[in-house]
Amino acid sequence: MKLDAKIPAGNLADKWTEHKVHLKLVNPANKRKYHIIVVGTGLAGASASASLGELGYNVSTFCFQDSGRRAHSIAAQGGINAAKNYQNDGDSIFRLFYDTVKGGDFRAREGNVHRLAELSVNIIDQSVALGVPFAREYGGYLDNRSFGGAQVSRTFYARGQTGQQLLLGAYSAMSRQAALGTVKMYERYEMLDLVVIDGIARGIVTRNMITGKIESFTADAVVLATGGYGNVYYLSTNAKGSNATAIWRAHKKGALFANPCFVQIHPTCIPVSGDHQSKLTLMSESLRNDGRVWVPKQKGDTRKPEDVPEEERDYFLERKYPSFGNLVPRDVASRNSKMVCDEGRGVGKSKQAVYLDFRDSIKRLGKAKIEERYGNLFQMYEQITDENPYITPMRIYPAIHYTMGGLWVDYDLMSNVPGLFVLGEANFSDHGANRLGASALMQGLADGYFVIPNTMGGYLGSGGIEKVTIEHPAFKDAEAKVKQQISQLLSINGKHSVDHYHKALGKIMWDRVGMARDAEGLNKAIADIKALREDFWKNVKVLGSGEELNQSLEKAGRVIDFLELGELLAKDALHRNESCGGHFRAEYQTEENEARRDDENFSYAAAWEYTGENNEPVMHKEQLTFENIQLASRSYK
Amino acid sequence: MNLTLHIWRQKNSQDSGKFVTYQAKDVLEDMSFLEMMDVLNEELIAKGQEPVAFDHDCREGICGSCSLYINGRAHGPKQGITACQLHMRSFKDGDTIYIEPWRARAFPVIKDLIVDRTAFDRITRAGGYISARIGSAQDANAILIDHDTAESAMDAAACIGCGACVAACKNASAMLFVSAKISHLSQLPQGKPEREARALGMIAQMDKEGFGACTNTGACEAECPKEIKITHIARLNREYLRASVK
Ligand SMILES: Cc1cc2nc3c(=O)[nH]c(=O)nc-3n(C[C@H](O)[C@H](O)[C@H](O)COP(=O)(O)OP(=O)(O)OC[C@H]3O[C@@H](n4cnc5c(N)ncnc54)[C@H](O)[C@@H]3O)c2cc1C
Ligand code: FES
Repeated sequence: MKLDAKIPAGNLADKWTEHKVHLKLVNPANKRKYHIIVVGTGLAGASASASLGELGYNVSTFCFQDSGRRAHSIAAQGGINAAKNYQNDGDSIFRLFYDTVKGGDFRAREGNVHRLAELSVNIIDQSVALGVPFAREYGGYLDNRSFGGAQVSRTFYARGQTGQQLLLGAYSAMSRQAALGTVKMYERYEMLDLVVIDGIARGIVTRNMITGKIESFTADAVVLATGGYGNVYYLSTNAKGSNATAIWRAHKKGALFANPCFVQIHPTCIPVSGDHQSKLTLMSESLRNDGRVWVPKQKGDTRKPEDVPEEERDYFLERKYPSFGNLVPRDVASRNSKMVCDEGRGVGKSKQAVYLDFRDSIKRLGKAKIEERYGNLFQMYEQITDENPYITPMRIYPAIHYTMGGLWVDYDLMSNVPGLFVLGEANFSDHGANRLGASALMQGLADGYFVIPNTMGGYLGSGGIEKVTIEHPAFKDAEAKVKQQISQLLSINGKHSVDHYHKALGKIMWDRVGMARDAEGLNKAIADIKALREDFWKNVKVLGSGEELNQSLEKAGRVIDFLELGELLAKDALHRNESCGGHFRAEYQTEENEARRDDENFSYAAAWEYTGENNEPVMHKEQLTFENIQLASRSYK
Repeated sequence: MNLTLHIWRQKNSQDSGKFVTYQAKDVLEDMSFLEMMDVLNEELIAKGQEPVAFDHDCREGICGSCSLYINGRAHGPKQGITACQLHMRSFKDGDTIYIEPWRARAFPVIKDLIVDRTAFDRITRAGGYISARIGSAQDANAILIDHDTAESAMDAAACIGCGACVAACKNASAMLFVSAKISHLSQLPQGKPEREARALGMIAQMDKEGFGACTNTGACEAECPKEIKITHIARLNREYLRASVK
């Protein structure tokens, strides 16, 4: 299989404009004859549904929550980047492009990232027009803050609820289309399979989560905007329902899965408090604007933080990275926190935490200012830990947060299966081996508002898509397989709950495929995951029936997909004999414990092909070329 | 701590439902309320009994999925938080806790503690948006919005659509939810052109869904996890009046 990213030729800055001129168009009267399925109502799916509906396509949109507005995007806190240069601090489209490619440790495509930076400015305009109440200065102009990996202030925000406000904007635009009848909403519907006919994506099979009914839907194109797969680690900052089922099942129907091992671990999360822990809560990266990260210089120091004198504190990020300080990118901050904990200098009961201290900024700016900036986050922290961060420094530790990997797509955001488009966190396209803060919201909305309405026309306008019905054997076959899996899950009636398996998988993943990986641990993880999967099929216990609302059954389907995806993730990590971005292989580090990238051998995206159960996946390489940026070792010192 | 739980169990929308009593043992203070429920569910599964169904997703107070009526209060005893943010340190050993779904005609129970809140989506479709065609927007700083107006719109926009206001109201009125959206959009210059159609459309749909009338008891404001103020209802009434006389 030859992977062609179809990056348009020409100048970097003109590629997208040129490409749009050459894309095929669908005439307005014909648009409503095309049926497009969008799975997902997060930023990517809601914005795609709204923009495709506005163009006049006939859109059906699915989500597993009871309302499109509850998609995981709602939880994003800190902000969204855009190269507006409203601050006059030297920002530009090129600088945002450069920061993103460098932040991604040179494992993303130049063409895609430049388009993303170009579109970033339109996103802010569009969102304001839809009523997003971004923070404003007293003069009425939009305000900005700083995020990691950048030396300019380009992050737009709505208190600590930026994702909520952007999603409500996209959801309202989608709701308007629903009222007009161009978008039909299917809530509490879970996609359980992709249907491919003659090599082309032609529809999906779903389960109605209230009645249990299995249904098929045909389409002229299918758009997956189903989010990331961070919950393969069980504990993560993702919503409990976030899952990989849609993309994993599409993968098993032929879509390539690219760079699964590129997973982001966020440095500032509230540490685990016990075995009952069900998810981890993020403390936004924006806190690192004013909080200082430290641990005691001495090992095993059990003093209260306020009793540790200044000269006995190690502000390790400021010490090691003087030019970025506490605002180094996430992968760097996370790894350094882990290192000091491994040295025995961690704090708190579990010793798996570092301090994030606001003492100095409260002294400098006053408590009121800190409260205005981070009030809701401080409250959230106190709610969970029963400690007051205005007095005692926060305790934080890294946690799984975001997945850069995902289904492989070309420049048009189409997978290798024609007619299957993948948007948002579900695809692999823009963040390379590490995503910079405030860039996921940007990507989701760029994909949905501005890329897909163009590239969808390019695909449908090229014609050649014949009508199919749900009577086609491919639909019948997919339905039968879905039903068969459900009845199998319900019939095992073994000894362990679904959560038991999910937690066990999470532990393997975190211990061996987490922040630091090595060949020995990865091989062990692969064997352990296989064994766990076998045990699942023998001993899982799923009660109730398939013809009703059944949360254990829903989880079981998702966990079995995680049990397969986890193995691929570990294999991808094992094959990549270098350290880059979120992927840190202990064997490949410099003397100063920094990541050692290997551009000569690994400057490519690894796109894996599914070849059947118990068969080894086959890797296809998309070689990355850098024409506008000089490959350099990534330094934040 | 050990607790006695009385939990509403209802097989489906046709079933009449009843409270079932469970003992929760060795509950830790650091657990969230939903983690306490997770532990109970694991025990039920081990005994071969069906776990309790409840809606949840983000578990950090923003998605609006969780919807538990705990000891007679929407989202439980603490002010300004959702059930998923509630921690067991708010309870003490020996406590008895009643856990019910939202109760409202417009929110029928689907199963156990899960209700159907799609009425809120239909209300939004009836005008809870600004018609700004994608791609047509001018520069974001072209229309200035003073700091206080933006903040005040944000206060209203913070609504998570959980439905606690409806559950808390003796009339099961949805006025706080509707007013939050109207207040958010009508304060912004971008939202003004459609303000009349929006107020009329959303109110008409609200009535059609079977929500009750507002009699200003203020229970919604008291129970709102985002502390949305009842003054938005006054703004809604003004918007509605303005639209009706036009
Ligand atoms: C706590 C937190 C804070 C964050 N803060 C920021 C931030 O400040 N800035 C930033 O840029 N990024 C942030 N991120 C990252 C960002 O929020 C996500 O990457 C982004 O929102 C993903 O959007 P999405 O549209 O791709 O998917 P999602 O929002 O995850 O939506 C997925 C959708 O797919 C649906 N779905 C999934 N599977 C199925 C299925 N099988 N059948 C039917 N429907 C399905 C779901 O119902 C949902 O509607 C944050 C992430 C977290 C966890
Ligand atoms: S689960 Fe999201 S608000 Fe409670």
